[in-house]
Amino acid sequence: MSDITISERKAGDVTILDLDGKVTIGEGSVALRTTIRRLLGDGKNKILMNLGGVGYIDSSGIGELVSSFTAVNKEGGTLKLLNLTQKIQDLLAITKLLTVFDVYDDEGTALSSFN
Amino acid sequence: MSETKELRLPSRIESVDEAASQAETFVKDNGLGDDFVSAIDLAVRESVANAVKHGNKFDPEKEVEVTFLRSPKGVEIVVRDFGTGFDPEALPDPTDPANLLKANGRGILFMRSFMDEVQWSSHDGGGMVVRMRKSGGEG
Repeated sequence: MSDITISERKAGDVTILDLDGKVTIGEGSVALRTTIRRLLGDGKNKILMNLGGVGYIDSSGIGELVSSFTAVNKEGGTLKLLNLTQKIQDLLAITKLLTVFDVYDDEGTALSSFN
Repeated sequence: MSETKELRLPSRIESVDEAASQAETFVKDNGLGDDFVSAIDLAVRESVANAVKHGNKFDPEKEVEVTFLRSPKGVEIVVRDFGTGFDPEALPDPTDPANLLKANGRGILFMRSFMDEVQWSSHDGGGMVVRMRKSGGEG
């Protein structure tokens, strides 16, 4: 069984990914990478990643968030983060990645920011 | 109070979960709180992942040795691999603006951030040893 479930929703031209589970070395990171690559392949390059259901993330998972961010940027798109848990927020602060990611705690505000 | 638990794990990714699970059990059995569980879980995951990937390079002939030690001063974790070793001070700083968008290189930063002491040394019998300590939880 996979450590993570990634559900997909649409809001206009923005794809919202609801992540539930662990984004860690191995399956969790690979599942995220596969999903992002597929979306980009389909021309969906406005992505809002909802991390509210992510109970655990490690350095590999943080690295996968960064890889997703750079892959989306490379395709001329935008990736933003929604609903960081306190733990993820702490890890992004330690790594100084809060300065890189556009982060929201309200879905409506996040969606508006894409326009 | 002092208690020791030793593990010998194969050089595969699944060993990361196994070590973390054993660490959680060890910490809880020793009556330590959630802050301890969270910090040690992350430190064990990162150090065992490093040992499997960068130390042993997934070599099935090599194991990762993990020791948990509970002492009156706190918890100590020792992780040994059988690789060729590295200089932790020579690694790039992942918080340097030039490195922020790199996919790798943050594990050691997490270990240092959540544990009170982290030290590396070469083992006389080969491989690298990382020794990590978190203070508190007087037993």
